[in-house]
Amino acid sequence: MLALVAACVFFATQSDRFWTGENLSLVLQQVMVVGVIAIGQTLVILTAGIDLSCGTVMALGDIVMTKLAAEAGLPVPIAIFAGVGVATLFGVVNGLLVSRIKLPPFIVTLGTLNIAFAITQLYSRAQTVTELPESMTALGGTFHIGRTSVVYGVVLMLAAYAITWFALRETAAGRHVYAVGNNPEAARLTGVATERVLLGVYVVAGAFYGLAALLAVARTGVGDPSLGQTENLDSITAVVLGGTSLFGGRGVILGSLVGALIVGVFRNGLTLMGVSSVYQILITGILVILAVGMDQLSRRGAR
Amino acid sequence: MGAPAPRSVVLEATGLVKHYGHVIALDGTDFELRAAEILAVIGDNGAGKSSLIKALAGALITDAGEIRLDGKAVQFRNPLDARRAGVETVYQDLAVAPAMSIAENLYLGREIRRSGVAGSVFRMLDRKRMLRESAAHLDALKISVRSMTQPVETLSGGQRQGIAVARSAAFARHVVIMDEPTAALGVKESGMVLQLIRNVRERGLAVVLISHDMPHVFEIADRIHVQRLGKRVAVLDPRRISMSDTVAVMTGALAPPEATAST
Repeated sequence: MLALVAACVFFATQSDRFWTGENLSLVLQQVMVVGVIAIGQTLVILTAGIDLSCGTVMALGDIVMTKLAAEAGLPVPIAIFAGVGVATLFGVVNGLLVSRIKLPPFIVTLGTLNIAFAITQLYSRAQTVTELPESMTALGGTFHIGRTSVVYGVVLMLAAYAITWFALRETAAGRHVYAVGNNPEAARLTGVATERVLLGVYVVAGAFYGLAALLAVARTGVGDPSLGQTENLDSITAVVLGGTSLFGGRGVILGSLVGALIVGVFRNGLTLMGVSSVYQILITGILVILAVGMDQLSRRGAR
Repeated sequence: MGAPAPRSVVLEATGLVKHYGHVIALDGTDFELRAAEILAVIGDNGAGKSSLIKALAGALITDAGEIRLDGKAVQFRNPLDARRAGVETVYQDLAVAPAMSIAENLYLGREIRRSGVAGSVFRMLDRKRMLRESAAHLDALKISVRSMTQPVETLSGGQRQGIAVARSAAFARHVVIMDEPTAALGVKESGMVLQLIRNVRERGLAVVLISHDMPHVFEIADRIHVQRLGKRVAVLDPRRISMSDTVAVMTGALAPPEATAST
């Protein structure tokens, strides 16, 4: 949180365009896709897992829903449902492999990352899908608060965070996610259905990636098969910056929103300062290592 | 104290058999636990001690034999079954979630939901009630901690074991099984946990105590079940036999005495 404020102050001094309603609204727009992916990623990381497939699964959902709507001529709601469904299906596959066959999440999702990428390329023939029905990008529309325009998708992202926050904090299922990440054996012995919790986490995460795909479509206006290359690590960066431990069981979902905003603010601020995108990637990389390093050190300090 | 007054049998097993390939873990073991007593189970490594306990706790399905709880035959397919029947187990490796609070640990896996729409539709937890009842459970066993919202990792080893014991005692209706509850603890902490086990007995629960620690067993047990080579070879009265003779029976150096505490 402090880092976010510091970053905002820094960029506000560096560029007078940074601290304008228009620009902050743009940051939120840029953040909404990674922000929603980061929800799914947080759930997975809370169970001491990791999901590397999030970006390419989103890309696949993106291509499926746009192609079905633009080329197969299916009604928009059905196309969206199919796109989110495919992403959720990948969540089911990840979840079953991790919870039932007990494969390490890193390997499982590395595999599904590539599978989703390949299917996306084959299905789209590496072509961008254009001429989408207008209603498909409705979430990219805006309404106004005062003179600042707000994108509907951002509201959807905030709602998704609110719902997840509530579920993690106030329901038994949410507490079980923490318990499974904290001490899976203890959770199992006390009667928590650990396999079901794990499976559920990956499935819900997949659904969030599908939702992120819908937001990506709304934001770009096309179906983009090259999507999901940076979102992958950005989401992990956001979660870790937000204070969720990679060792599982500790973290707050709203931290991931803050983390996503930090990543977004950095990207946006550096762009305004005229820093090239390669350096932005460099800085994001350093940011991740710093964040994980601090997590490790504080964990060691606690022991 | 003279001979213990005859008490009703709570948990009973006859002829339990368990094979792992060629290895015979249980070779027709009998077991008998009476109401409001502390029964220690001792035995050398490989005597079938932990298999017996797992069978009673539902963590292991035997090849043959019968288990009766309160006179009724039961068949536990998993630990949850046993727990539902009122048999709780405290595991050796301190089965708690360290980052979670005391109250959350006590109610892990059996959370209480709010009444009304908040609970049924939104599935909200009743935190206040869980906090209140956790405090009452810990109080009943005279475990003192600062606050129910304190993460378990801020507690000492003995206090953590206390939480695990309190969890079992709070939900057990018949039996609490404790697997080496003092193994990971220092002298002072062990004393605290032993007192805790007595408090559990005073609440009318029957306690099965698995332990390697003979002084602890002799300090606290009402009767001692000796397991050897997959069988129960004796049930001893710690007031009528010495510690060294008990160890001799356990290792087979001494034939089990005729007059045991089993009758």
